Amino acid sequence: MFKFISMRLLQSVVVMLVVGLIAFALFRFVGDPINNMVGQDTTLEEREALTESLGLNDPFLVQYGRFISNAVQGDFGMSYRLRQPVSGLIAERFPATLELSLISAVLALVLGVPMGIYTALKPKSLFSRSFMTISLMGVSLPTFLIGILLILFFGVTLRWLPTFGRGEVVDLGWWSTGFLTSSGLKSIILPAITLAVFQMTLIVRLVRAEMLEVLRTDYIKFAHARGLSPRLINFSIALRNTLVPVITIIGLQVGSIIAFAIITESVFQWPGMGLLFIQAVSEVDIPVMAAYLLLIAFVFVVINLIVDILYFVVDPRLRVQS
Amino acid sequence: MSKELLDIKDLVVEFPSRHGDVIAAKDVNLTVAAGEILGVVGESGAGKSTIGNAVVGLLERPGRVGGGEVFLEGEQIIGKSQAELRKIRGKRIGMIFQDPLTSLNPLETIASQLIGTIQTHLGLSDAEARERAISLLDQVGIPDPSERVDHYPHQFSGGMRQRVVIALALCAEPDVILADEPTTALDVSIQAQILDLLKKLVREKGVGMIIITHDMGVIAEVADRVAVMYRGVVVETGPTAKILGNPDHPYSRSLISAVPRPDVRLHRFPVVESIEAAGECKELDLNTHWLGKARDFGKSDGPLLKVDNLEMVFKSGGMFGGGKSEVRAVDNVSFDIRDGECFGIVGESGSGKSTIARLVTSIYKVAGGSINFAGTDLTKIKKRRELNVHRRQMQMIFQDPFSSVNSRMKVRDIIAEPIRFHKLTSSEAETRQIVDDLLDHVGLGAKAAVKFPHEFSGGQRQRISIARALATRPRFLICDEPTSALDVSIQAQILNLLKDLQEELGLTMMFISHDLPVIRQMCDRVGVMSKGKMVEIADTEELFKAPQHEYSKHLISLMPSYSGLMDRDDGQAEAS
Repeated sequence: MFKFISMRLLQSVVVMLVVGLIAFALFRFVGDPINNMVGQDTTLEEREALTESLGLNDPFLVQYGRFISNAVQGDFGMSYRLRQPVSGLIAERFPATLELSLISAVLALVLGVPMGIYTALKPKSLFSRSFMTISLMGVSLPTFLIGILLILFFGVTLRWLPTFGRGEVVDLGWWSTGFLTSSGLKSIILPAITLAVFQMTLIVRLVRAEMLEVLRTDYIKFAHARGLSPRLINFSIALRNTLVPVITIIGLQVGSIIAFAIITESVFQWPGMGLLFIQAVSEVDIPVMAAYLLLIAFVFVVINLIVDILYFVVDPRLRVQS
Repeated sequence: MSKELLDIKDLVVEFPSRHGDVIAAKDVNLTVAAGEILGVVGESGAGKSTIGNAVVGLLERPGRVGGGEVFLEGEQIIGKSQAELRKIRGKRIGMIFQDPLTSLNPLETIASQLIGTIQTHLGLSDAEARERAISLLDQVGIPDPSERVDHYPHQFSGGMRQRVVIALALCAEPDVILADEPTTALDVSIQAQILDLLKKLVREKGVGMIIITHDMGVIAEVADRVAVMYRGVVVETGPTAKILGNPDHPYSRSLISAVPRPDVRLHRFPVVESIEAAGECKELDLNTHWLGKARDFGKSDGPLLKVDNLEMVFKSGGMFGGGKSEVRAVDNVSFDIRDGECFGIVGESGSGKSTIARLVTSIYKVAGGSINFAGTDLTKIKKRRELNVHRRQMQMIFQDPFSSVNSRMKVRDIIAEPIRFHKLTSSEAETRQIVDDLLDHVGLGAKAAVKFPHEFSGGQRQRISIARALATRPRFLICDEPTSALDVSIQAQILNLLKDLQEELGLTMMFISHDLPVIRQMCDRVGVMSKGKMVEIADTEELFKAPQHEYSKHLISLMPSYSGLMDRDDGQAEAS
């Protein structure tokens, strides 16, 4: 097991280096960094001095190495647009995105998994069938539309919930949280639901399909033939076997919740990384884009590692035999 | 007859469907007494398993019991609630299923599965239940039970897993055990061990056992009495010797006559009538037909296929170098196949039989040695196109009739595909005509061309496979367990078809099987494989009469003997 994990760690490092290369390539190929930094009336000498001082004349590998080593220390340079260190900008925005993603991931799992189990165990019940029909809408409606509809209904018509921003946040020094104020909690409801709907329906359908498959297997039939109680069979034997393949997808989905909160954040003007990234793209703010790219890649790599370790815990067949 | 444990009276099982109810079992009467083994035999779809499931209330939806009674020690159990039936399942009636590889929960240790079942029924403490689990494993013959009990199912071999399944069925000392094809998925040597174990348990514990199987060998080996089922009806019940030796019902007679004889070689297999009519089909005149032409491959001197020192190694594991392991699937194997003969390869699963077939057809690349086909060394050919010239002359028929034909293509396209690929005809009309003729010739009829494979049964699909193999006008046919997924009656038809084709077309065959009686009926010479090595090559009759190698002797000794099997009035049998 230790060997396996250290191997995965090694692979993760390779992945990060390659993503780093792509992020680094952004600087070189998307616009000229000097042009982005200086005014129009800068002399040629001044430009060259700047190029030299930024180390842009060094060989490719040296520059790449410097970029990576800076990135590892959390230094992604200055934002062209805001003239602030990128790491600071990210640190400011990251808690907002993470809180939103976490709430919607929990929402999707807590609702999705039990619903999936229910619809698999009682596939013929009216509730299951109507839910499966409705869930089709959840999968097919685009996220922004769900967001806008929710705003219209709960924000504009009923006036129950705020429709934009994070509300009041409490600063804990290195982390700003919206969980401790009532306006912060209220603000997170609509965006979290918007973000969770698609994931939840996906998880329901996935768990349902997998569970139906497992319920047809011989070992479930054999368990019934041994007179075990349905509760034991459904929730201990069947559920664990269902979760083995589902874990991977759910892991990747949680990653994509963080990575693709962009649309939801735009709809609700949520001050997270997604919003920062959209603005960076429209202004060609390359350091911010590169940092975002690396951060998201890092999130995926970490989630994948966790999924791999979970596999080991759940499935004994993967544990290395002596 | 008062000591009956389980008494099934006039049991009817029906599956409601849009086109009216399908009767899966009709007025079935069976009894089993303590210490007795009742065999229920029949072909697939005869309703054997349905009865077992109906007794314990595990019928798959929408199946239901339509009538009749089942008494367990005098107590009626049909109509009991699921909660009551749960107290019967496992505690009073134990079940054993066919496939030990899928019957156990892969995520739990054997201990936890055994303890869960023991505690459900007996209410013992954790420590007592564990002790009982260990003693159960000991009873079913698992070595080092106190250590093995904490292992996971994947750490056991197939035979050992079936022992675990049996231990699980015995957890609460049931009075009756229903064993549904308990040895079908196992190799012959393992099968013999498991059957011995079941017999021992029945005798020692005084359990009543019903063994459901399609295998006459199993019946002959263990059953005290036999019930023969045909299309949901028990056509005949009686003592084993009587049923096997002198059955009354015509279906029983024809079923037993279709079982390949291990003792005497017959010219043809007796065919069971009334099972699956092959349909009226016109015979082809092979002297004038396309199929019979271009068969002049030139008389080569020496064998058609000459395999020398063949090696194949499977490597696994290790992305960054560590944890590599090698499996020597084929280890220095040499044999030749003469023009026009049928060469058999026999061995247990994992012995490398199928790997040889795949090496000869260049599906796998050899690790060493040479394969000479009609004078050309196939291992030396680098170009795909050149290889295809030889591949056209050799075709393969696979074991599983369900996955070996593309279910999304019409039968016509399945069979025409090799003709089109090798450009053997000049026009599409000609191709179609040939496909129709081929279908006629293998006994399916030209009408089959416009259907999809799912409309056919396993035996019919195997005929499609055979037609496809013939479509390239091959001279060499490799059959890899062509009938092991089929019922005996269908098996007899398919083997007869293969024999006829071999004779008509002068085909050379390599026939791979684990089934010794089938090998005896089909092959001229046989190679015996064990653990990647070919341990003995001999003429078929010689091998069966006087095997030389230890392993061959062992294998042949395990063959079901069918002592007292009914005398089959087949004039072509030559008594040995």
